[in-house]
Amino acid sequence: MTLGLIGKKVGMTQVFDQEGLAVPVTVIQLGANIVTGTMTRENNGYTAVQVGGFKVKERKLNKPELGRLKKRELPAMKPLHEFRVDDVSSFNVGEPLKAETIVAEGALVDVQGGSIGKGFQGTVKKNHMGRGPMSHGSKFHRSMGSIGPGTTPGRVFKGVMMPGQMGNETVTVRHLKVVRLDAEKGLLLVKGSTPGAEGGLLVIKPSRTKWNP
Amino acid sequence: MNQIIQEIESPLIKKNLPQMDVGDTVKVFVKIKEGGKERTQGYEGVIIKRAGAGVNQTLTVRRVFQGIGIERVFLVHSPRIEKITVQRRGHVRRSKLYYLRERTGKATRIKERIGARREAGAAAAPEPPVTAAAQQETPPAEQ
Repeated sequence: MTLGLIGKKVGMTQVFDQEGLAVPVTVIQLGANIVTGTMTRENNGYTAVQVGGFKVKERKLNKPELGRLKKRELPAMKPLHEFRVDDVSSFNVGEPLKAETIVAEGALVDVQGGSIGKGFQGTVKKNHMGRGPMSHGSKFHRSMGSIGPGTTPGRVFKGVMMPGQMGNETVTVRHLKVVRLDAEKGLLLVKGSTPGAEGGLLVIKPSRTKWNP
Repeated sequence: MNQIIQEIESPLIKKNLPQMDVGDTVKVFVKIKEGGKERTQGYEGVIIKRAGAGVNQTLTVRRVFQGIGIERVFLVHSPRIEKITVQRRGHVRRSKLYYLRERTGKATRIKERIGARREAGAAAAPEPPVTAAAQQETPPAEQ
């Protein structure tokens, strides 16, 4: 039930705090964050604000996407993200969200994005399982061992760790401290790392914690 | 490097640092906070390693103190480092002087770079004719 911002991961660097200590930061380029629509209880069954992230070229969108934005006299934007809010009456289509009203320096934020895809991986890399000897006549290298007992229970338990897709999933990193907010340049510096590669899309929301003002 | 990151880093990077290379003997002045008071402490030793780039550049400085080798890593652009002075320029053929760790006494000596003292002297008292000649020489080269 919180309003957030859409941004893009630029990369990591470090800055110094008042005491002169180095703070590792991730630089996030905030998007245009323009309100593209509102969801109401009467029309949609829930209330939310739809926000457009970055302005893009018109050819980057397909006709239905572009048509929806054109109807409301909005520029071509991507991606569209909904933020669930209780009251949508104060949001007008076409108005940008103000970053400084949503996040503040020193506050904690949750950052959500897609993690870097690692492809189909075995249990050694994916689940940090052990492996067998690689030499000395060993024929057991990196394959799985036992996946459970025998006749009793006669089945494999749910949730047994097995090889499969690793990465390329939605990850949320919670409670990252905002080190700096440059609303003019649309830059946000948060302490620590965020999911995904440089250039990846991120959604930034204020954390729901007792430490947030 | 990314333009945006460069813009963030550039005000943090110190511009008045001397030329420092591996093998040089340097004195690093570190600000230390002691019970609310701040004072500066010098730490002298040989640079055995340079790592990182941009604002993350570090120097590993080694010295032997009371028979025990001490290596300290300094974040060059940190505000806690007041200044760095080069005491002596060394001539070395490695970029990492890890071999000094296995040596003691006379074997740890590093040859001084030829011409380093003359350069240092010229920098301390710049001679106008030399710099003027250098300036005259550069524009034609650019054209």
